[in-house]
Amino acid sequence: MNLLQIQTTLGQTEPVSVIMFFLFVAITLYITYWAAKKTRTTSEFYAAGRSITGFQNGLALAGDYMSAASFLGIAGMVAMKGYDGLIYSIGFLVGWPIITFLIAEPLRNLGKYTFADVLAYRLNQKPIRIAASIGTLLTITFYLIAQMVGAGSLIKTLFPFLSYEIAVIIVGCVMIAYVLFGGMLATTWVQIIKAVLLLGGATILVIMTLLEFGFSPVELFNQAAEKYTDTVLSAGSYVSNPFDAVSLGLALMLGTAGLPHILMRFYTVPDAKAARTSVFIATGFIGYFYILTFIIGFGAMVLVGQENIGTFDKGGNMAALLLSENVGGSIFLGFIAAVAFATILAVVAGLTLSGATAISHDLYVNVFKKGKSDEAGEVKVAKRATLALGIFAILLGLIFKGQNVAFMVGLAFAIAASANFPSLLLSILWKGLTTKGTTASIVVGAFSAILLIILSPTIMVDILKYETAIFPLKNPAMISIPASFLTAWIVSLGSRESEAEAKFEREKLRSYLGVGAE
Amino acid sequence: MKSTEEIHQILETSAFKKIVSLRWLVCLSLTALMLVVYLGFIFAVAFAKDFLAIKIGLHVNIGLVLGVGIIVFTWLLTGIYVYWANNHYDKMIREIKKQC
Repeated sequence: MNLLQIQTTLGQTEPVSVIMFFLFVAITLYITYWAAKKTRTTSEFYAAGRSITGFQNGLALAGDYMSAASFLGIAGMVAMKGYDGLIYSIGFLVGWPIITFLIAEPLRNLGKYTFADVLAYRLNQKPIRIAASIGTLLTITFYLIAQMVGAGSLIKTLFPFLSYEIAVIIVGCVMIAYVLFGGMLATTWVQIIKAVLLLGGATILVIMTLLEFGFSPVELFNQAAEKYTDTVLSAGSYVSNPFDAVSLGLALMLGTAGLPHILMRFYTVPDAKAARTSVFIATGFIGYFYILTFIIGFGAMVLVGQENIGTFDKGGNMAALLLSENVGGSIFLGFIAAVAFATILAVVAGLTLSGATAISHDLYVNVFKKGKSDEAGEVKVAKRATLALGIFAILLGLIFKGQNVAFMVGLAFAIAASANFPSLLLSILWKGLTTKGTTASIVVGAFSAILLIILSPTIMVDILKYETAIFPLKNPAMISIPASFLTAWIVSLGSRESEAEAKFEREKLRSYLGVGAE
Repeated sequence: MKSTEEIHQILETSAFKKIVSLRWLVCLSLTALMLVVYLGFIFAVAFAKDFLAIKIGLHVNIGLVLGVGIIVFTWLLTGIYVYWANNHYDKMIREIKKQC
């Protein structure tokens, strides 16, 4: 094996990936056409008419969650840093049991289309909906920036005949088509197809990699340790500061349980039992996926070599693609590249739909129209919001071209964990939660997360190049989550609502027995 | 369907209250277990590096097994809850619903 230079077609136009990609777009647009005929009412547009089964929703949840960033990014991190990549990926998995135990079933029983439905169930509609929309839209915006910029850069590498700008516009337009015409039904099937392609592609990649090692992961780890010493098999710089690791860990864990596009998926199934099944299925697939990326990362480390991966991208983002070419040739590289592109499309579609729902269902209908709106009018507004958010996403991709946006995923999770999760959990569990308490908790959670990340080394040192940062932690969650809970508690104690407390008793019928759940 | 007054009385029964508190006992215990295992893992990685580096094969060490183990554990824990909810919790809920 040549250590210093490798032959690769990466960066050249590979016909297979172009054909594969167009095939994916053609099939998904055909599904959108089919879904469009079944997407007339609000329940159909936002929640696929609650017709998705638990298993299907499990796959769709996994599809929504496994972004190209986690496939290429985590495999790359493992390839360059070894064990640290595994610690990082575990953080993305441990939020799923929390959703299962605390959130999924009450959310499904109490809400209709958004998590704000749960909060507004016994509290004062207007302030709650406005605050929850702020939490939702901030989370979605930062997540979208990371995805769109990632999409543009990735596609430029995979399909060199496209410029960054054209790539961002194509992703934006195809995604708008899915959501605008096919609503949640089309989005769900795009997620399912993408999840199957990604899990299938990664599985084949792992099998082909392990064939080189007598089908033994242990042999793979042994060769990695012999090539790059035992340090790749133990923790490195990732936990140089344990508080950083815990803060990021909390953001990932509790943020998962506050991601609006994930929470919204629980409304697509018929009842709480199906919601429960779907998280179990999703957790299994996502866990399996992280084990695959771990092996893919080590495979790339040994077979391609860290030196070679580093010449393409310092963060190692091309590791999985280089490995696929190494074990399966340029045709397999084309296949994996197309899967990565499909992955981005599916994730941005899910994000846009949940943002559009917050705008139309929470803001337009329940704040602007005070709950009085007809079906046709609401669907029309939801579609306009989709179009506007889709164009907004394209603009974000163009504005942030070439910027370091890696921290924005961490920020999106921190906002979800500090603004959305505390209020949702408290509204399910605590009788004494009030309108003012919830509103204050969301606002404090969201803005303390943003303020602290601006003052953190993530932005002050890494981006603005100051010597030191005012706030010591790279991720704000360790401070902003407790701040949000504390705000909810103190403000609620100072503003008791007897009506909300009475309703809490009554909502038990719906929250536990599912009576009256939509 | 009975009147809201009567349904309210059912919600006041000790049987219903017992189910609700059992549900949260199970859910919060499992949540605490997940938190302890995950944060314990992070702290082990930070403060017990030597322990995790103990080799159990030629190069494979305890940390590697523990890391992959947590992924499997996460899924199993979710499975335990789903099994309990499908087989026990739902049954108790159905009993209560019959009275409504």
